[in-house]
Amino acid sequence: MIGPFHAAPAIRRLLPEGRTVGTMPWVIGIMMFLTVLATAAGLALSNASSGLQSDIARKLTIQLPDANAVRRNALSRAIETELRNAVAVKTVDRLEDAELQRLIAPWLGDVAGEADLPLPAMIDVELTDASDANIRQIGEAVKAIAPTARIDRHSSWLAPLSDLISSLSWVARGLVALMAIATAATVVLAVRAALNTHGETIAIMHLLGANDMQISKLFERRIALDALFGGLGGFVLGLTVVLLLRARLGAFGSDLLGSGGLGWMSWLVIAALPVMGVTISIFVARYTVRDSLSKSL
Amino acid sequence: MATIVQFENVGLRYGTGAETLSDISFSLTDGGFYFLTGPSGAGKTSLLRLLYLTQRPSRGLIRIFGEDVVTAARDKLPPFRRRIGVVFQDFRLIPHLSAFDNIALPLRVAGAAEGEITKSVNEMLEWVGLTERATARPATLSGGEQQRVAIARAVIARPEILVADEPTGNVDPEMAARLLHLFDGLNKLGTTLVIATHDLHLLSRISNATMMRIDNGRLSDPTGLLRYPPRRPGDV
Repeated sequence: MIGPFHAAPAIRRLLPEGRTVGTMPWVIGIMMFLTVLATAAGLALSNASSGLQSDIARKLTIQLPDANAVRRNALSRAIETELRNAVAVKTVDRLEDAELQRLIAPWLGDVAGEADLPLPAMIDVELTDASDANIRQIGEAVKAIAPTARIDRHSSWLAPLSDLISSLSWVARGLVALMAIATAATVVLAVRAALNTHGETIAIMHLLGANDMQISKLFERRIALDALFGGLGGFVLGLTVVLLLRARLGAFGSDLLGSGGLGWMSWLVIAALPVMGVTISIFVARYTVRDSLSKSL
Repeated sequence: MATIVQFENVGLRYGTGAETLSDISFSLTDGGFYFLTGPSGAGKTSLLRLLYLTQRPSRGLIRIFGEDVVTAARDKLPPFRRRIGVVFQDFRLIPHLSAFDNIALPLRVAGAAEGEITKSVNEMLEWVGLTERATARPATLSGGEQQRVAIARAVIARPEILVADEPTGNVDPEMAARLLHLFDGLNKLGTTLVIATHDLHLLSRISNATMMRIDNGRLSDPTGLLRYPPRRPGDV
């Protein structure tokens, strides 16, 4: 045994222990469960926001609204050739007419497949670097070939969604911070209750020459064990829920939802939560005990 | 003999009330045996609390083991407390610990090895005649047995000063005589003893003891031996 969990049996007997009997491990368990959910949600939303900003922001669509199919195809090929030679362009893909008709079929029905329906040519472009300068350069190149062409940056219509996701990720971070504060407050209350219960034992130990560190270590160990047992219970339950939700979200097959996945770094952060819970509990217990003892001689 | 405790113009006031102790000045010599007497409410317990460092005076100087303990930072006090044994009138044993663990507590606080603790505690249990009651909790011990556990706990770490508040108040005369014999033995080993008691019969049993009497928070010095600065030959 190491660190705050270690104490000789005789020292352990000084404060009678009753883990899982008191409310402390249960409250910490519930806090940990909610913290795992909030952290996973925050990280997933943060990843989704980053994904939107890095992947979708690098994409743009060029529309060529020309009713003359021959001219439209010629202009499209010219633009594709021009862009494939541009520096910041990664891929250039023209949407096939059949694909375009399939996309609008739900709105227009069978009419979508009629040859005389003038559909614009659509060219998807992915950039290596979506800086404003590169976008402007590409716009100028496209306009030089087809002045009526329209360039839609995906980021412009996804910006409100990206902002919403970013806001939600901050809300999740706020929840994690609140949960940490609530856990600390729970520890403070538990320690104060324990100090009251064991006031006479502490007074006697003081009289016998025990210093504040010796006394606070007794409480730190007790709180650390409560936080460990409660925290692990809440962590396992929270992790189970996160994994179940992950499986459900994966079933959608959506790129947007998929971009909100949890990478190894995110899993590492989640795995560190019980350790952080125990550490916070130990330090809060230490501060509370020493603050209380400092009021006596 | 060296001075081990020195009080100089010490006053103690709880809150904004009148002084509980006023102008207390005395010195105790290393290895001395002192009785503190006086009526109930005279301030005996308050004086003892100053001695075993659970109370700071409102004014005056207290030096223990040659150090000023009035202005000493609180984190400097535990080492002093380890050199002072205390026997309380109400024993103040930890109820959920056995007699053995109660007696062992000062050694555990001092960080002694378990082997050394076991040896010392067993010797101490034998000395106070409680070997058979080592695993008993305080609630199952008689008043006299609890008193002996409290005394054993106070002396196991070989304190330089032993302070006892009415140590014979809860025991029969035979046990009181035994305890006094025990205190006398400790004193002969070099421990300075300060015993607060109402029992004036005890005073006559220790021939070399000095009596301190406290009345209305003021210390009278019937023998002149306690005066600080100490009385020198030829002083009036």
